[in-house]
Amino acid sequence: MMAMRRFLANGWLSAYAFLYVVFLYLPVIFLPIFSVNTAATPKFPLSGFTLKWYEDLPRTPALLDAAWNSLVVGVSAAILSTVLGILAARSITRYRYPGRRAINGLIMAPLVLPEIIVAISLLLVILQLGLSLSLFTVVLGHVLVCIPYSMTVLTAGFEGFDRSLEEASADLGESAFGTFRRVTLPMVAPAIISSLLVCFTISLDEFLIAFFLTGTEATLPIYIWGQLRFASKLPGVLALGTLLLAASFLLMTVAEILRRRAAKRTQNEGGLYA
Amino acid sequence: MPERPQTERPQTERPMIEIKSVTRSYGAFKALDDASLTIKEGEFFSLLGPSGCGKTTLLRMIAGFDNPTSGSISVDGQSMEGIPANRRPTNMVFQSYAIFPHLNVEQNVAYGLKRLKLERAEEKRRVEEALAQVSLTGLGKRLATELSGGQRQRVALARALVMRPKVLLLDEPLSALDKKLREQMQVELRRLQQAVGITFVLVTHDQYEALAMSDRIAVMFGGRIAQVASPKEIYQRPVNRQVADFLGGMNFVKAEIVEENGASLVVDTLGFGRIKTDKPKAFVRNGGAATLGIRPERLRVLWDNATAKFEVAGKVVERHYFGEITHLIVEIPGLEKPLSVTETNDFGADDIPVGTSIRLAYDPEALVAMAD
Repeated sequence: MMAMRRFLANGWLSAYAFLYVVFLYLPVIFLPIFSVNTAATPKFPLSGFTLKWYEDLPRTPALLDAAWNSLVVGVSAAILSTVLGILAARSITRYRYPGRRAINGLIMAPLVLPEIIVAISLLLVILQLGLSLSLFTVVLGHVLVCIPYSMTVLTAGFEGFDRSLEEASADLGESAFGTFRRVTLPMVAPAIISSLLVCFTISLDEFLIAFFLTGTEATLPIYIWGQLRFASKLPGVLALGTLLLAASFLLMTVAEILRRRAAKRTQNEGGLYA
Repeated sequence: MPERPQTERPQTERPMIEIKSVTRSYGAFKALDDASLTIKEGEFFSLLGPSGCGKTTLLRMIAGFDNPTSGSISVDGQSMEGIPANRRPTNMVFQSYAIFPHLNVEQNVAYGLKRLKLERAEEKRRVEEALAQVSLTGLGKRLATELSGGQRQRVALARALVMRPKVLLLDEPLSALDKKLREQMQVELRRLQQAVGITFVLVTHDQYEALAMSDRIAVMFGGRIAQVASPKEIYQRPVNRQVADFLGGMNFVKAEIVEENGASLVVDTLGFGRIKTDKPKAFVRNGGAATLGIRPERLRVLWDNATAKFEVAGKVVERHYFGEITHLIVEIPGLEKPLSVTETNDFGADDIPVGTSIRLAYDPEALVAMAD
């Protein structure tokens, strides 16, 4: 009876898990599959293998412009949000002061706010301030959505950073700057790089805020959105999408590896009860 | 308990650390209250006390991680006022060891040397020497994460010693180790200190640690220094009940002062009769009453018909077995509290039935007068 029930439970659970994963990833799998199909319309059966859609990509000036814009926005947003994230994470992990939790909550809030509301509010504020829409305003918007991710990665890296490590460095004759360079930075570098990668990836894929806040210059997601109106451009979009997907996946994997390494490194190495 | 190594290095009388009326306040709270202390060159000195007594605060002020609210600290005749931690002739072994986890053992030990811009060969030689001093030869390439607690502690020691400081500060260095390793390290630390001849200042809350390693001990309570003396004197002649209690078991006996002169006291007790005892230095007479103390191991059970010049009779009311020793609680007529007696088990103290009438021998010199 018990065995039977357990089998049923396990069986159903496995089936559910399988279906869930299929639902989650099947559409994603279609992207690369159709991107190497010779036919211009995405449907089965596949008509043949080709890389021509990929070869066409570098020959599209509008696409190259959009890629460059995305790179500029992504790098700027990543650096800005990581710098701000470092300051906030350091403050939250190092010091104890009233309102610390509330501030942490406020910084993390954009994670759960409806993005379209955030985008519209930002648009209103920027127009009120008299700023003209440009890549710069997109960067500002992206910083807002990136900071919670940056904070998550960085607090994990900073948490448990044993303060006596910095004291030990000073005790051994090192100056404040030397201590930062030789102890603090190497210890938290993996977390910082991880934060940069995560923020860059998020900015690269972000559509809504970029759509509202950009002027005439398109980022990659906006370019893709524009291309979808033309059926003949679909394979090119699929190829581009596949590349973006691969890049995101790669960056996130590297970021996660670095984040784990950073967390491991800063965990209490004191050897208490070791 | 391991024996204290008998390698006594002659000390100089030259003061190495001078602490003058140092107070450290946090608002209304005084972590350290008007502490004055002189630590001599080449001395193994311990700051002993319960947590919150100010011992770590004092150590951190010597290292330069904290500053006195008032008072002064000087090291080797030089005032430390305004001198930051990185320019003081002191090095510290941290409680958490603070081993740099991104560096290997060699790089950890060489960390401070890098600033000195030594020649490569000289730097390597000094690192090797320091590793040899703490018996870590051959482990230079290991990562900090691959070391045991005891090994990390040795790395922390080597990293500080390699700087050849005038003073080595140790903040509860053994508290994270298990009992066996701790006792082994006590012996090793003492040996090391005798070998290198550097002034060691140890912070500990473990009285056995302080007794086993130090040349002198300062016992601290509530931000104040209660007594500074050799381990033997601290243990045998505590200045007050608090110090006596902190250093181990002590039987307190009420006494009435019969005669007081320059260096001695004559008192009457109910259980021990009339006793002549040394007057403690800081003795302040409080009416006609005084407190005497005697350590439980200074009372010996008299077997069968054996007699002693000084003895008290009583009845065993409790017996506690501790392996090599037994604690007996003995009621003495006239004493308001029963005496606690520690007896080794070689003659069968662990077999004395509760309720037995026994006699205890004592040396009147072991009864010491102290402030309340």
